[in-house]
Amino acid sequence: MAKTLTQEFTKGLWAEIPPFRLVLGLCPTLAITNTVENAFGMGIAVTFVLTFSNIMISALRKIIPPKVRIVAFIVFIATFVCVVELVMQAYTYSLFMKLGIYIPLIVVNCIPMGRAEAFASRFGVVRSMLDGLGLGIGYTLALSTLATFREIIATGSITLYEKPIAILGASFEPFKFLVEAPGAFICLGLMLGIMNILGKK
Amino acid sequence: MFSDLAVLMFSCVLINNILLIQYLGNCPFLGTSKKMETATGMAMAVVFVLVLAGIITWLVEWYVLVPYDLKYLRTIAFILVIAALVQFVEMFLKKSIPGLYTGLGIYLPLITTNCAVLGVCLININENYDFFKMVVSSFAYPVGFGLALVLFAGVRERILLARTPRPFQDTAIGLVTAGMLSLAFFAFKGWV
Repeated sequence: MAKTLTQEFTKGLWAEIPPFRLVLGLCPTLAITNTVENAFGMGIAVTFVLTFSNIMISALRKIIPPKVRIVAFIVFIATFVCVVELVMQAYTYSLFMKLGIYIPLIVVNCIPMGRAEAFASRFGVVRSMLDGLGLGIGYTLALSTLATFREIIATGSITLYEKPIAILGASFEPFKFLVEAPGAFICLGLMLGIMNILGKK
Repeated sequence: MFSDLAVLMFSCVLINNILLIQYLGNCPFLGTSKKMETATGMAMAVVFVLVLAGIITWLVEWYVLVPYDLKYLRTIAFILVIAALVQFVEMFLKKSIPGLYTGLGIYLPLITTNCAVLGVCLININENYDFFKMVVSSFAYPVGFGLALVLFAGVRERILLARTPRPFQDTAIGLVTAGMLSLAFFAFKGWV
């Protein structure tokens, strides 16, 4: 194995950071990055699902028959998504309402599925866990960065725990375009371009 | 009644376009829109599967999950229904309608992980649609998906000929273009 365990973890933070390097999981990236709070919550939810589904799948990788593996992966992922859904409903109800339909849709987010197929079904438990954790945290960072740009430019402030924190001052004219759908696409497109300019390293 | 359904149809196709306004199904959107041929294939496959999936998941919700108080299993139940349905449709088409199978074949497995399919099924439940409204929305949403996909594929074929700056090639410029297209659809807001 060429990569050390640390590299397995850190690759998710820059070299393979999900929505930018691996163009996966775009739907939530576009939909819930309108505020930083939503983006961060979504990132944590995905990290949880990804880490645990990776652990489960890699632990059972020798038992799952290859022919039905896709369905088996979906069942594992769906189970953890259910857990997240119920936990969020119980403890962070306002966030749960804001994210709405996008929480159950983590099931069909390509990231957990893609990692299960490409990584967890081949490597050991520890490695898979680190891979899941790294990519999940990378995804959270990416979502939060994108959301920070969008929220600051769209409203001139950042709202955390329902308290707006002004950043650009009162004279700033909010540029509402960026929280709406077209702004999401264009902002993500520009971000991808910028990441390409920054290079792979 | 009829005018209600017409309004719903209109709003699902244009105003709440699943792809450009609700942001669902973006992975296949960028993946299959490079050529017009693959775009139409994908669009047709999604319409076909989603009408079936919408009806079946609606029945599962109201006749299985609600009576037995199993609503918390909705996500698992729906995704399993969709996965099984896609597999079944694939086998059925292969045996009985080979012509359609060769047209849709390679796009069918991709549909299981298309979030537009699960998304519309969940929207049908969350909005408390009755049977007719559910059928209309399960048909109209994928039509909107197909419309956006085909329009976008047409634009994208042209972009291939243009000289894009290197860092923006492929996906990045695709997303910016999608943003412009989304802006066009955005103009429908407020019609109904």
